[in-house]
Amino acid sequence: MSIAPIVQAVTVAVPPDRAFTLFTGSMGRWWKRGMTIGAKPHEDVVIEPRAGGRWFERDEDGAETDWGKVLAWEPPGRVLLGWQIDAAFKHDPDLTTEVEVTFVPEGKGTRVTLTHRHLERFGDSAERIAAQLGGGWPGLLQLFADLTEKDA
Amino acid sequence: MESLRSGPRAVGEIARGMPVSRPAVSQHLKVLKEAGLVTDTPDGTRRVYRLDPRGLGALRDWLDRFWGDQLTAFKDFADQQETPE
Repeated sequence: MSIAPIVQAVTVAVPPDRAFTLFTGSMGRWWKRGMTIGAKPHEDVVIEPRAGGRWFERDEDGAETDWGKVLAWEPPGRVLLGWQIDAAFKHDPDLTTEVEVTFVPEGKGTRVTLTHRHLERFGDSAERIAAQLGGGWPGLLQLFADLTEKDA
Repeated sequence: MESLRSGPRAVGEIARGMPVSRPAVSQHLKVLKEAGLVTDTPDGTRRVYRLDPRGLGALRDWLDRFWGDQLTAFKDFADQQETPE
C-alpha cells in the first residue's frame, strides 16, 4: 500500500547554510498564522537541532503542543522530520509520516525541496483503531488506497 | 469495504456473505465512518453506506496545498533576509 508523496520546492536567494538555519531555526517567524494545531495561535515553532529532538509549537502563554520529532539532522543539506499529526490534526506519538527538506545550491541561492512521504500511514492509524476494536478486515485500507490512487 | 466498491449498500446487504456477524459489520462501518473512509445516509429504517472518495485523497490534496503555501511563506521570509541582519 502506498500513496504518492507530496513534493514541493522553491528557490530562495540565500545560500544553503543560511536557508537551513532560517528554515529550521526561525520556523515560528515564517510559518503561516493559523496553520497550527494548538489551542492558541503560535508564538514560536521550535525544532530542537539534533536527531531525536522535539518539533513543537509554543503559544503566548508558553503552552507547548508537540508536532513530532527530528529523525535526521544534517546541516546544511538535509533535515528529516517526523510529522506525528494525524488526519484529525491531533498529535499522535504512534503515527509518524516523514517530512524531508533538502537544501541544494542553485546559483547564488538554494533550491529547497520538501517531500512529505508515507502518507498511507494516515490510513494505517485508522486500521490500527479498527484492530483495537476487535476485528480488522485485512486489506481493507489497501482497497481504499487503490481507490484513492485511481481517483487522484 | 470491498462490497462497497460496487456501490452504496445497507448493513444487511454488506453482512450477507460475510464470515462475521451483522453487529460486527456495523461496528466496522462505524470505525470506517469515524476515519472518514465511508459515509452513511438514512433510507427509511436502514442506513445506506458508501465509500467516501474524499478520505485519504482529500487529505493528500489538502497537505499538498498546505506545503505549497508554507514554502511560499518561507521564500518570502528567506528572501527578505538576503542582506545580513
